Amino acid sequence: MSEPKTKYDRQLRIWGELGQAALEEASICLLNCGPTGSEALKNLVLGGVGSITIVDGSKVEIGDLGNNFMVDETSVGQSKAKSACAFLQELNDAVKAKFIEENPDTLIITNPSFFSQFTLVIATQLVEDSMVKLDRICREANVKLVFVRSYGLAGFVRVSVKEHTIIDSKPDHFLDDLRLNNPWPELKSFVETIDLNVSDPAAHKHIPYVVILVKMADEWTRSHNGNLPSTREEKKEFKDLVKSKMISMDEDNYKEAIEAAFKVFAPRGISSEIQQISNDSCSEPSSNSSDFWVMVAALKEFVSNEGDGEAPLEGSIPDMTSTTEHYINLQKIYQAKAEADFLVIEERVKNILKKIGRDSSSISKPIIKSFCKNARKLKVCRYRMVEDEFTNPSVTEIQKCLADEDYSGAMGFYILLRAVDRFTANYNKFPGQFDGGMDEDISRLKTTALSLLTDLGCNGSVLPDDLINEMCRFGASELHVVAAFIGGIASQEVIKLVTKQFVPMLGTYIFNGIDHKSQLLAL
Amino acid sequence: MADLEAPQSKSRDLDKLLLRAGNLVGPDFYPGTEVKALISQLSIVSSSFSDFVIRLLSLRVLVVGAGGLGCELLKDLALSGFRNLDVIDMDRIEVTNLNRQFLFRLEDVGKPKAEIAAKRVMERVSGVEIVPHFSRIEDKELEFYNNFNIIALGLDSIEARRYINGVACGFLEYDEDDTPRRETIKPMVDGGTEGFKGHARVIVPGVTPCFECTIWLFPPQVKFPLCTLAETPRNAAHCIEYAHLIKWHEVHGGKSFDPDEPEHMKWVYDEAVKRAELFGIPGVTYSLTQGVVKNIIPAIASTNAIISAACALETLKIVSGCSKTLANYLTYNGGEGLHTKVTEFVRDKDCLVCGPGILIELDTSVTLQKFIDMLEEHPKLLLSKASVKHGKDSLYMQAPPVLEEMHRPNLSKSLYDLMGRVQKDTVHVFGTALKNEEKQSSLTKLRVVFKGADGVADMDTAIGA
Ligand SMILES: [Zn+2]
Repeated sequence: MSEPKTKYDRQLRIWGELGQAALEEASICLLNCGPTGSEALKNLVLGGVGSITIVDGSKVEIGDLGNNFMVDETSVGQSKAKSACAFLQELNDAVKAKFIEENPDTLIITNPSFFSQFTLVIATQLVEDSMVKLDRICREANVKLVFVRSYGLAGFVRVSVKEHTIIDSKPDHFLDDLRLNNPWPELKSFVETIDLNVSDPAAHKHIPYVVILVKMADEWTRSHNGNLPSTREEKKEFKDLVKSKMISMDEDNYKEAIEAAFKVFAPRGISSEIQQISNDSCSEPSSNSSDFWVMVAALKEFVSNEGDGEAPLEGSIPDMTSTTEHYINLQKIYQAKAEADFLVIEERVKNILKKIGRDSSSISKPIIKSFCKNARKLKVCRYRMVEDEFTNPSVTEIQKCLADEDYSGAMGFYILLRAVDRFTANYNKFPGQFDGGMDEDISRLKTTALSLLTDLGCNGSVLPDDLINEMCRFGASELHVVAAFIGGIASQEVIKLVTKQFVPMLGTYIFNGIDHKSQLLAL
Repeated sequence: MADLEAPQSKSRDLDKLLLRAGNLVGPDFYPGTEVKALISQLSIVSSSFSDFVIRLLSLRVLVVGAGGLGCELLKDLALSGFRNLDVIDMDRIEVTNLNRQFLFRLEDVGKPKAEIAAKRVMERVSGVEIVPHFSRIEDKELEFYNNFNIIALGLDSIEARRYINGVACGFLEYDEDDTPRRETIKPMVDGGTEGFKGHARVIVPGVTPCFECTIWLFPPQVKFPLCTLAETPRNAAHCIEYAHLIKWHEVHGGKSFDPDEPEHMKWVYDEAVKRAELFGIPGVTYSLTQGVVKNIIPAIASTNAIISAACALETLKIVSGCSKTLANYLTYNGGEGLHTKVTEFVRDKDCLVCGPGILIELDTSVTLQKFIDMLEEHPKLLLSKASVKHGKDSLYMQAPPVLEEMHRPNLSKSLYDLMGRVQKDTVHVFGTALKNEEKQSSLTKLRVVFKGADGVADMDTAIGA
């Protein structure tokens, strides 16, 4: 293996060559390189992101030495962006790193078109007013955006993208696609070639559980008017039936069959989530449909025609007790069916592309193949504009969270993180930013927070005094550990958005560093 | 300009948290310069120091592991006001570390991790002293670990965690009524990651569950049955493990397999390919071979940063009380959306490691040999080949041979004499225990009470000071 590949070995095992290529093509812009921004970017530079551009107009101060690893004593008085850029570049020379010494708030106003050159913008430590403006700019330019802020022991991460569609969502636990409840003819005829009553005990204990269950399900439906077990009693009876075929207690294949019996009872057809995606208004193909939605349109046609209610077969099977021969034959049958389904989808994709006036081969085979393999796991994430959320958040959600012990801290911080920006707009400083006048700041912040709640339509809601006090105690400090935590989360979200693998967070993540009862709020 | 008006401090941001009173803080929080002093160990002498501060004035933190988590921990702690850190790691830097172990560069490959990590952080953050230990954790004297007020674990193996946990819990002493003695508590913070997932936890021995209390959180690794490998391989991993576990020994006899030897790995890969071809099994690659043989856990920078930050934050809270402490286990999952969850696990009161210990009553005449034999039959221990330690003193060691021979004469002496003729005390026994039908190394605490020794009549008041 060559050095660059080896260097990334541990992450290639997670997101593969395709994910890595997407990272290496991405250009990331960071606004403000305090510890939060520097830490977020550090993780991306290490991973080998294509290019970074740091925008920060401030100079390194003594105080920065205590919370930011990307500055040192020799950089005091110099451009913070320059220092961070140089130290970040040291981490990975494959990354193109540059900096712009300018205040991000100013840049947002004076040069909105600046942002359209990037894949993604990480905006750190912005106040509400700048967030709203930047969000509009990035939506317009179709640039992904991640907001991050750390504030004392609190903070947030918020993704803002119009629409993020995912083929390879890599869920943790997902039912394998064995079709035991709905076997196709080739699988049925393979199953028929194997005799469950084989006398050789070695052969008996090496019949794959897929074969056992398809046979038993067939036997069951014959005696039950074509229906599979559905009630609790029937399910138990079915398992007992499987068990009765064991000829010795050490037959792992039968144990596996009993454990996997629920796969026979699983409902047929596509999940409600995939149903919802097929019914999305975007699944009507038009000339400006994305590749994803063109393939969803093909999937929709497949499900109601060749698929007979099912999505294309995934084509892989889990390991199971079996002889090598049975297992490999089974594998081939699943692969063949997956290949056949893929060919049908491919044909349908081509036709749709033609219909909407695009080159019929403009979506590549590997992409369609990956789409088929993951057709049951597709995800669509859409995010509100932050302006909408800020002016019109879900009032019921706010009230529900404030009343819930596990959520009240996080929701309290959400309100207070917004209240401190209002406070700043009025008093030209953050509450508790300077020593002295703490009592006054506390009462002013309380008034500000309550008026914010009223403006949002949550009349009568209150915040605990303790939390308001804490917020003033924080005094807009940026603690390194909090920055590293929140910046870390931001970089992880960036990776998911750029690689289009895994599922990014939906909602606003509020970090609660007091007791770690952090929450993802749906506002 | 601004500097002239209000001279800035490097701890500008940290001061807000450490110098200001708060309501949502730990019970021991005394905000002020003394808290800062104890963390940074500045030699401010003040008669106003509380006992709490005096106790912690010699604060030292040990970071175990200088890998993905360890590098982050060192940076995080150095930028959280800590001034005296030690780091221990036996590994040397590899190319595959570079995607996340941000203190290392390509030119550092082959050098000891602990040394380079310490050097890099000291270069960047002035005023921090980091002492590196390029060593196995088992090779340090137990007393080494007693020098630290808190231990931060950045490890990737369960065995290493168990070891450090055993050592830290070994310092714990209990009062007569089984309440842990505060000054003997050695808190730990522990982090772990795999891909987009991780955990951070706080272990306060005697107060919150130790690693051993919740060992079920780490289920044993699934291994392939040998008959599958030998007779019915079905996937690429089976072919690789066949080459690695069976074929290697058939061909190389006694020569042991070294996963860090590229030629050994290549041999296993080639054999696995041959076997896969024989059975018509797809998917054997060099990368997969390494993954299976070395049991590689995928790792990325972001998750390590998140988990380490949580651990460092809790370390700061434990020593300063500047906020509530995590109670006591945080799980993080960033793969499918974002989920963080706090679970309050409970202690196993009978835990052999952090509990008050197994009470063993002995006659004063029992010899060390007899005592070691008893351990093998004790139903809660089933400990064979035991080495015995009393405080700092080894009473008997099974290995290495030189030390075994040195301690051998002790075997015929009475344990009572060897332990300094005290009526009751704690000993640590280390050996091979039978747990879940598997032999495992085990370090266990015993409370030995001598029957008929002086002071038995007033044991409730005389002992324990
Ligand atoms: Zn325990």
